[in-house]
Amino acid sequence: MTITCRFFARYAELMGHDELELFLPPSATVRDAIDALRQRSGGASALPETMLVAVNREHTRETHVLDDGDELAFLPPLAGG
Amino acid sequence: MALVGPEPIDIGSLIDEVSSLERGGTVVFIGSVRRGPEDGPVAAIEYSAYEEMAEQEFGRILTVARDRWPAAGLAARHRLGTLPTGTPSIAVAASAPHRADAFEAARWVIEEAKRHLPIWKREQFDDGTRSWREA
Repeated sequence: MTITCRFFARYAELMGHDELELFLPPSATVRDAIDALRQRSGGASALPETMLVAVNREHTRETHVLDDGDELAFLPPLAGG
Repeated sequence: MALVGPEPIDIGSLIDEVSSLERGGTVVFIGSVRRGPEDGPVAAIEYSAYEEMAEQEFGRILTVARDRWPAAGLAARHRLGTLPTGTPSIAVAASAPHRADAFEAARWVIEEAKRHLPIWKREQFDDGTRSWREA
């Protein structure tokens, strides 16, 4: 299955881009996606071990099981206001 | 009207949105770009967001607030882009029949917004350097 990863703020800087597509086996979790990212991209090794994540614009956890077409966002510590 | 975006925040229109004859108390909170002694020589802050999610989250916060304070009128905006010091970045207007609910609702909305909106800021200093502020 294919998911779209999005990166924001400092994480986009570390990755060198703000979006990429990731191909994962069925039933992969957010954690699996992070592991796949680290294997694929040099920039991903600079990302923190634990990150806030959202799937399809909803805050979620690393145990969340992904579906084909999901949008997985990696969110630096929130700092609005 | 978008809750999150690059347009300047029109405080007058926020007050208009929440005003009604039944609501005798109105509170407006305005958060502006700060240059305090502990902040260093901040010239501006660049605000960026996961815009679609920030819009959704801000809408959800206002919906929950309207359930908690059903007699209140509530409106809010968060501005994005590069904002010089002194420029409003966020505003919340709350009106209610009595002042206690207006203060309480406005406080709740701003605290929830700071806690949940996927928005980030990068400070720009007088010497041109930039730094992410993560707190």
